[in-house]
Amino acid sequence: MVKVTVDGIQVEVPNGSSALQACEAAGKEIPRFCFHERLSVAGNCRMCLVQVVRAPKPVASCGFPVAEGMEILTDTEIVRKARRAVMEFLLINHPLDCPICDQGGECDLQDQAFGYGADHSRYQEAKRAVTDKYLGPLVKTVMTRCIQCTRCVRFATEIAGVPELGAVSRGENMEITNYVEKALTSELSGNLIDICPVGALTSKPYAFTARPWELKRTDSIDVFDAVGTNTSLHVRGSAVLRIVPRVNDEVNEEWLADKGRFAMDGLKHRRLDRPWVRVHGKLQPVSWQDAFVAIGRRLDGVAGERIGAIVGDLCDAESMLALKDLMTALGSSNVDCRQDGAQYDVSRREFYTFGSGIAGIEEADALLIVGSVPRQEAPVLNARIRKRFVAAGRGGFPIGMIGEPTADPTYRAEILGDGPGILADLRSGSHPFADVLKAAKRPMMIVGHGALVREDARAILAACWALAVEVGAVGPDWNGFNVLHTAASRVAGLDLGLLPGSGGRSAAGMMSGGVDVLWLLGADEFHTAQIGAQTFVVYQGHHGDAAAARADVILPGASFAEKSGTYVNTEGRVQRSFRAVMPPGDAREDWRILRAFSEVVGKTLPYDTLEALRDRLAAANPVFRVIGGRDVAGVSDLTGPAGDPAAVSPAPFQPVIDDYYQTNPICRASPTMGECSRIYVHPRTVAAE
Amino acid sequence: MSAHSPIDQIEQPASFAFDEESEAEIATILAKYPAERKASGTLPLLYVAQKQMGRLTGSAWVPRVAMDEIARRLEVAPIRVYEVATFYLMFNTRPIGRYHLQVCTTTSCWLRGSDDVVAACKKATGIAAFGQSSADGLFTLTEVECLGACSNAPVLQVDDDFYEDLDGPRTVELIEALRRGERPTPGPTIDRLDSAPAGGRKTLTDSPAEPG
Ligand code: SF4
Ligand code: FES
Ligand code: FES
Repeated sequence: MVKVTVDGIQVEVPNGSSALQACEAAGKEIPRFCFHERLSVAGNCRMCLVQVVRAPKPVASCGFPVAEGMEILTDTEIVRKARRAVMEFLLINHPLDCPICDQGGECDLQDQAFGYGADHSRYQEAKRAVTDKYLGPLVKTVMTRCIQCTRCVRFATEIAGVPELGAVSRGENMEITNYVEKALTSELSGNLIDICPVGALTSKPYAFTARPWELKRTDSIDVFDAVGTNTSLHVRGSAVLRIVPRVNDEVNEEWLADKGRFAMDGLKHRRLDRPWVRVHGKLQPVSWQDAFVAIGRRLDGVAGERIGAIVGDLCDAESMLALKDLMTALGSSNVDCRQDGAQYDVSRREFYTFGSGIAGIEEADALLIVGSVPRQEAPVLNARIRKRFVAAGRGGFPIGMIGEPTADPTYRAEILGDGPGILADLRSGSHPFADVLKAAKRPMMIVGHGALVREDARAILAACWALAVEVGAVGPDWNGFNVLHTAASRVAGLDLGLLPGSGGRSAAGMMSGGVDVLWLLGADEFHTAQIGAQTFVVYQGHHGDAAAARADVILPGASFAEKSGTYVNTEGRVQRSFRAVMPPGDAREDWRILRAFSEVVGKTLPYDTLEALRDRLAAANPVFRVIGGRDVAGVSDLTGPAGDPAAVSPAPFQPVIDDYYQTNPICRASPTMGECSRIYVHPRTVAAE
Repeated sequence: MSAHSPIDQIEQPASFAFDEESEAEIATILAKYPAERKASGTLPLLYVAQKQMGRLTGSAWVPRVAMDEIARRLEVAPIRVYEVATFYLMFNTRPIGRYHLQVCTTTSCWLRGSDDVVAACKKATGIAAFGQSSADGLFTLTEVECLGACSNAPVLQVDDDFYEDLDGPRTVELIEALRRGERPTPGPTIDRLDSAPAGGRKTLTDSPAEPG
């Protein structure tokens, strides 16, 4: 630790800290443009000038290392003058277009100009103008506003791992560009909008939509993957206008994947906003009462084991539990939260969660990825892997992958093979990567759904666990066994036991007439054609997607933005989101629908407030008692999940996501995601049109 | 006011491959750097590419495909090569004429008559302004900063060669010679050896006395 004085305040900061960090430790705010905590230091904007006693001139605090006994002054005439001068230079070429700039009201330059800008300009000459660049359908550019802080270049290169942005030419002609007029190929590109301190990079879909001071903010959780990114929904009136990340160092740091940020325009399209009942083959709008009666009548006389329920990927824990309780009341144990047919061993949480935690990735020193493409399945988590890879330096964080990645992982990964057969070689030590894992102090393993949706999933899971034990990836003080989920609802579903009870039918078993009445809670990610022709389908959800089209009764539910909900991310972290807007039309919160229906069929569920339901959640599984936090613990019991490691089939892993932008009903209703899909995933069909 | 996008509307060749001569140079260049630091080869390889283009097409410039090829060879992102190539004015990121006339107009040359050299260049080639090429495609005129040959000002650099101590008429003569396909000997165009005083040595004209 080093002792420094900032404006007379003594602070102690770690060796190697910058003067800026010392100032922050002393509670002094230092203006900055180019500096960003999570990026390398560029030191090119000079806004962070401070005075260091005995230094001949003001120093840029962001890149100036502290020394013992250093005295820093942040509020002297020299400092103020220096900052004013820097501001004057920045404003020479920056346009005065704040009234038509989307950054207005949340612009660092605007804010700082308030403090350090002059009331008039001495500059008489022509301002420079820069042509705008094409960066794809999500990021809009107005490059004349760019102050060349290079944050975006550093973000793309360092965090996103797609070195496509750069600063070309020099001096007055310098420009930030990708040079080639090609859409940025990152699932994290939306973060550029947040990272740009001015209005040079703004959101294309959100252009000219609202001013920040008009928006009401509600805390939420991203449901488009299983990372559990903390978000904030910005609402005006009844519409969610944008979604931005909240900082949570344990989960998403301050990043948000593009799907979570931009798919929300799907909330306005193809919504189910009233109940429907199929009459003579045609869906007719009806009242809630009639819809309930229609279901009740169909259920009449149907044995419990002929009723089934499947929950989808975006569901909150509350509605899943209510559905399970309803099924139990109806005498059915046919419930399943695995519409993709994945197989798990739920006897212990370690077998189906991301044991090391997302932040734990930074402590690992070797990684084996089995049947997963984290870049597409969990872009923010992938950024954490990349962060670890970069921090470890050359060869410091060896990564092996089983299964061909469908996209550049953004870090160097050795492809060990295409199928789980390699696991046996790793265990016998005949594959050289086994030594890498063994040599590591904290090796970790990520098992993805490419491995878990197969016939031999249990065998693979058992083999992975056995390997993890053998290489020391699990032990009393380190749990490096990680299951990476893709569905936001999945871990909560497993925690609550939304799995077929003894003798119960799985999702697959409910197909082809396996049940007479099938209740789908937002379940759309399976082939609805497999549902038996005679099966009576109730679809409860918010979007008119594939399953609603097949339904006999449609119950309009609420999307994640329209209800308070509990979600459990892939780490097993329980998080809450809040209602930002009301569901459209007659749509209702899902647990309330289930509660209301239970009354109609005389099986009234024993809760009628959200609090009571949450008590029931905590009673069903104590993990729901702790919100936000997460136990980081080692594994004391090394016995593995059920399954015969020898029974793995050599078939190659198949990716579970073939179009990142179209993985759920909201995305498929989103014009923005549709455009992304056309541009990024199916570029050839565009050209052919 | 400038509003330019470096590669907008420039017709780019479809492909680029280093020829044998370039490959030999590249091998020598890359031998100088440790394998994991081969990104250091960016600058020299850009030169190699530009020279090859001059050799094969008569226009010494670096098309984007060549930068992409360099990026591939050096295992860096293409944008890193674009950045370097556009930063240094010695690399032409758009096609130029057969002869690249680079007139120094910095102080020493200007004081010694670079205006005349510029005027002569324009007159002899028909080029109207810096940055443009002659109608016959033979010449491109560029204004450059100090070439480091101030003692022999004013200086005109043609491709890689310096022609020094120029005046208007000698500049025209030089350009005419180039047009005929000749390459006059580079260096001072007056009675001067390298950068020794004009008209011969002025000091140390006698041999030192024999020691003894
Ligand atoms: S575009 Fe924004 S982030 Fe990028 S250099 Fe310019 S001001 Fe900085
Ligand atoms: S913040 Fe320190 S130079 Fe930009
Ligand atoms: S000023 Fe022209 S060469 Fe130096």
